[in-house]
Amino acid sequence: MTTATAQAGATTPAQIKYQGTIHELQKQLMTRYYDQLTAIAQGGPGRSAQLLIAGNPVEILRAFDMIPVFPEVNALQLAVRKTSLPLIQKAEELGYATDNCAYVKADIGMWQNGGVAPFGTVPKPDILVCNYVGCNVYLNWFEHLAELVGAPAVNIDIPFLRTAAGTPTDEDVTYVMAQLKELIQQLERITGTEFDEDKFNEIVARSARVGELWSKIKELTKRRPAPYDAYFDSVTMMAPLYCLRGTPEGLDFFERAYEEMSARAETGTGPLPQERFRIVIEGPPPWPFLRAFRDMFSRWGAVAVASTYSTVGGLWEFGFRHDPAKPLESVARHMLEANLCNRSMLQRYSQIERYVSEWDADALVIHSVKSCRLFSAGQGDMREHFVHDRELPTLLIESDLEDPRYFSAAQLRNRIDAFFEALEQRRVTAGVVAAEAVVAARAATQAPA
Amino acid sequence: MTLDLATYRDVIEDREFPTVREWRERTGGKVIGCFPVYAPVEVPYALGMLPIGLFGGGNRIEIANADSRFQSFICSIVKSTLELAFVGKLDLVDGLMFHSICDPARNLSSVMERNFPERPSIYVHLPQNMTSPHAAPYLASELRRVGAALAPIAGRTLTDEDLWRSIDAYESVRGLLRELYALRSETPERISTGELYTLARLVTLMDPADSSKVLADALAEARRREAKVKDRIRVVLVGSFCEQPPLELIESLEESGCYIVNDDFLQGWRWAQRGVRRGGDPYLALARSYLDDSVHLSTKHDLRQPRAQALLESVGHHRADAAIFLGAKFCEPGLFDYALYRKALDAAAIPHLFLEFEEKMWLYDRVRGEVETFVESMLFAEARV
Ligand code: SF4
Ligand code: SF4
Repeated sequence: MTTATAQAGATTPAQIKYQGTIHELQKQLMTRYYDQLTAIAQGGPGRSAQLLIAGNPVEILRAFDMIPVFPEVNALQLAVRKTSLPLIQKAEELGYATDNCAYVKADIGMWQNGGVAPFGTVPKPDILVCNYVGCNVYLNWFEHLAELVGAPAVNIDIPFLRTAAGTPTDEDVTYVMAQLKELIQQLERITGTEFDEDKFNEIVARSARVGELWSKIKELTKRRPAPYDAYFDSVTMMAPLYCLRGTPEGLDFFERAYEEMSARAETGTGPLPQERFRIVIEGPPPWPFLRAFRDMFSRWGAVAVASTYSTVGGLWEFGFRHDPAKPLESVARHMLEANLCNRSMLQRYSQIERYVSEWDADALVIHSVKSCRLFSAGQGDMREHFVHDRELPTLLIESDLEDPRYFSAAQLRNRIDAFFEALEQRRVTAGVVAAEAVVAARAATQAPA
Repeated sequence: MTLDLATYRDVIEDREFPTVREWRERTGGKVIGCFPVYAPVEVPYALGMLPIGLFGGGNRIEIANADSRFQSFICSIVKSTLELAFVGKLDLVDGLMFHSICDPARNLSSVMERNFPERPSIYVHLPQNMTSPHAAPYLASELRRVGAALAPIAGRTLTDEDLWRSIDAYESVRGLLRELYALRSETPERISTGELYTLARLVTLMDPADSSKVLADALAEARRREAKVKDRIRVVLVGSFCEQPPLELIESLEESGCYIVNDDFLQGWRWAQRGVRRGGDPYLALARSYLDDSVHLSTKHDLRQPRAQALLESVGHHRADAAIFLGAKFCEPGLFDYALYRKALDAAAIPHLFLEFEEKMWLYDRVRGEVETFVESMLFAEARV
């Protein structure tokens, strides 16, 4: 058993307080966000639109003062509060299958309760904007919601990145911009207000700033120790990134987050008492057991220095920025190319490779979730690639992001322990080999010519 | 039937692809493997290539390599198609086409590309915004792009005339299939679904110039047939639009007391409800036809018409007594649709049955038992009225 070794790493997760100022601020902002939505649901003024996380075009909605609502964020909130299972089961009674994405099922279950959730009430949206960015389940999800909540619905069709160049074609960009213009016209009709270009430009400018700050925050985990965990702490910053991007509060949040994280980097403070392994994590987190899952890594002193999940809504760390000089085109490009979901598996392999080399990681952990086939389908091939072509220690573990029935704590812990034990062993062996090499080199220099 | 159905049956089950090999040897042309559901087969055919349907390994192939790439909760066709490549059965295929139908199929396109870089994978984006006037010109541009990507494999370029000729060739096949389907709905005793399926599947493995002759003969012969009407219920079957159930399973559904009067087997090869409108730009004509005139497809999301409405209309049009959902295990698009179908069928008081299959299954007793019970309950209810 590996426990002794892990504890020798001097980390007792039970005592670790992961939460910093940013976590508190995030909670306050999200409470306010859900209070606003609840007020609308209860008949107050204001409008909301539902859209999806991948490459979300919130800038357009914000220009019409519509609050963007993401069913994924609602679903994960339900899971974190351990309230997802009865909702999933309710959806299954209605005919949804065990193999359907559980985010959708929890959301459908929530609508059976009239949108009432422990964190607030989700209003019936004024429009359902299905930004079809990579995930094919999105199309099903909003088709079902359109029937269920009876709101006007539109699909914004985003062509997948599919050419050898790995960039969108000119036709792709033109097509997406044309659809965004149609969306704007539709929103004008729904809200009865004219599209205010100046306001839109300001929002896009704030998004550009947020992108810059988020990207700088991500750079910080290149340091040793990483000042925060790029998987478990990044998810805290992701809700404001989508729900509040383009707003002054959203920008303020990222300014403060950058300040806090740089101060930690300056003082060499990491999320754990000691950073022993630097890992890249691929795949969404198991929301119902986030803390327990985190502890499984913390006990080994493993810190994520980068994660693919934190790029589902947008991939900023490789240079993409919204552009106030070309506001609509930059929104289109964000949807087309600057997010994980619309990029191919092979582009994801390259993304991980960059993380491993530029963020200097020791290993890759693939968290394969049953619900999300966008992520998981083919992750076995990903493991093959990293183990055989890149000789990178890689661990593949399975559970789910929303459905607690697929989380087997004991099994996960065993696999994780065995993996880090082996990594540690490698290190010891490498250390011995290196020491022997030094001795041998010394002996060689001391040897008479 | 004098039609050699036993031979055809062997042909569609044989993963050595005898008809394709024969075509290749005869013509020296290149072969493009098309993953389901809808593939713009007219484009490779116009380039002198033979587009063929890749429907996995059926129940004839052992998965030894592919399950280390795709997890247990991924549908069979994704794994068995990859396995075909691992065991060299796709060596006669010069390129692959995948389409934006679902996430596993899309990721398979990448995995194929990495493991078999010598065989190009072309990923086709099929528009999902049916209400935008920009969708048709966009799809036309996508079809042009596919043509340009295939041209180097074919070793030639594509003209508009080539494409029109190709559209005609497939129109002829699709027209005959529509007639065969209509005949079955009208007089299901004249052609069984097992037979019709075999013929339609053959289309996916032959040059349309050849398969149209087979279909025309089959149609003539079925029309002449004198057969006794059996005491069966009429059902519309949905859910098998991508991964295909074993032929034996289809036959055992019929033997359990069903006349299948409409289905979505091999739907991507029979998608058009009517002919492609002539004239102008052939790419645009094909694009408009797919967007506006295709049958209802599970992988096409058309907000202009609620999905379940199409099923109810099909049940009405074909005078069906019931609907059977026969879905591939782990097929998410199909399983999502089922939730909508179930609600609508219940509301319309149309009896329905949910069945799941895997292409690799061998035993049909349980399914047969369920269908028999379902049919009996319906015939019993009818007798009481
Ligand atoms: S399949 Fe994945 S990306 Fe799609 S809705 Fe579900 S969790 Fe989100
Ligand atoms: S069977 Fe369903 S899940 Fe599998 S590839 Fe086909 S459409 Fe996708």
